[in-house]
Amino acid sequence: MEHQVQDVAEAATGHAPHAGGMPQLDFTSWPNQIFWLLVALVAIYLLLTRVALPRIGAVLAERRGAITNDLLAAEELKQKARDAETAYNDALVRARAEAQAIVAKAKEAIDADLAAAVEKADAEIAQRVAVSEARINQIRAGMQDSVREVASETATALVAALGGQPDASVQSAVADRVKG
Amino acid sequence: METEAEGNGFAIHPMDQFVVRPLFSDGPVHWYTVTNVTLWLALAVLCVAALMIFGTRRRALVPTRSQSVAELAYGMVRNMVEEVTGPEGVKYFPYVMTLFLFILFANLLGLIPASFTTTSHVAVTATLALLVFFSVTIIGFVRKGPGFLKMFWVEAAPLPVRPVLAVIELISYFVRPVSHSIRLAGNLMAGHAVIKVFAGFATMAVLSPVAIGAVTLIYGLETLVAVVQAYVFTILTCVYLRDAVADNHH
Amino acid sequence: MNELAMMGQYIGAGLAAIGCGAAGIGVGHIAGNFLSGALRNPSAAAGQMANLFVGIAFAEALGIFAFLIALLLMFAV
Repeated sequence: MEHQVQDVAEAATGHAPHAGGMPQLDFTSWPNQIFWLLVALVAIYLLLTRVALPRIGAVLAERRGAITNDLLAAEELKQKARDAETAYNDALVRARAEAQAIVAKAKEAIDADLAAAVEKADAEIAQRVAVSEARINQIRAGMQDSVREVASETATALVAALGGQPDASVQSAVADRVKG
Repeated sequence: METEAEGNGFAIHPMDQFVVRPLFSDGPVHWYTVTNVTLWLALAVLCVAALMIFGTRRRALVPTRSQSVAELAYGMVRNMVEEVTGPEGVKYFPYVMTLFLFILFANLLGLIPASFTTTSHVAVTATLALLVFFSVTIIGFVRKGPGFLKMFWVEAAPLPVRPVLAVIELISYFVRPVSHSIRLAGNLMAGHAVIKVFAGFATMAVLSPVAIGAVTLIYGLETLVAVVQAYVFTILTCVYLRDAVADNHH
Repeated sequence: MNELAMMGQYIGAGLAAIGCGAAGIGVGHIAGNFLSGALRNPSAAAGQMANLFVGIAFAEALGIFAFLIALLLMFAV
């Protein structure tokens, strides 16, 4: 029965030189496929083991080495950068301290100058005050003398006008009054 | 069966694309005949060479585009072998890499329209799977001697269950190459046949927009399948290798 | 008789194709459970991609077997 069906199938398709109709089950072609497959596999295996895999393995190892080296170098550079940063910070701190010292010194100098100027001005002021006081005293003394003189002259004139004889007693009386 | 389809206006021959034909003659296919299988296998080898050798020819420290693709494939398979198989498995890395690159490029080349998909043939995938099966068995016995058989004696299970489990484990061990090969061939065969069927519908004017859209969608899916199946075949190879290499089974 | 046999082939192939849908259910289960697990613990998801693909491959293989039965019935019996 199988054969009958096959015959029918082949007769129906009209293009089935192989058994059944599924080329995969046409065992006459198997030796051919297996032979060429083995040739191909051996060829690929040789290509890979002789050339490709060692080469790729070497490239990958080289790259891994390069990456490791680069990482080390980067670590080193990072350390250097960190050192530089510390140095910079130190310098900054030092510069700031110096600046503060300079500022303090300048302030001190200015204070000293200021104190000296103030002292000088005070001295001048005191001197001028003394001079002025002396003049004021002088003026005041001058003024008493003139008052005494004007009073004695006025008294003498009054006495004369009243018909008296201006003498020394008038003078002394005026002097007493003015003094009082 | 196709006569009936042709009677309705369809001419769908989804399996024709898988026929093995001699390239330079019409004669029978001997084991040495140069066929379309030979051509597409050779193209796969050329693609592998182009990517892995021509692409990396500059050995650049900063990789070019092709070199980074090659390095990506290298790193992916190597990680897979190390993680799945363990550090002991690294010495089988070139073998796994060969399988991965071959299947990947055979799958992708099969996606070119009117090409021939070598990995859709059970003959090819069965050879690949049997290679894995025999190498795992041989490596296991060489490394562990009779201790390799402890793999089937599950000591985590209670004693009465162990013989039953041993039988099941033994059967599953021998079914491995079958599922390993049929998975790859079946996935590719199914995808390509479905594309062909939808392409056949395109001859009918009413259906053609739907058919062309479907072909486009399935083509995208098939591109994914091509890569995923190469990955899956490779990772299963690693899983099987672990049984032969790792020490944690006894 | 031949027609009856061919009818059987077609019906059998159609029934076998149901298996593809069943495999779809299986693959959906795996992917869905992976996603729900990955959303609970996204950091662990990346390490489980290989297991995801292996699981999907195992589930899908059975669907492919069903498809293969269908193909065999259609073309090879």
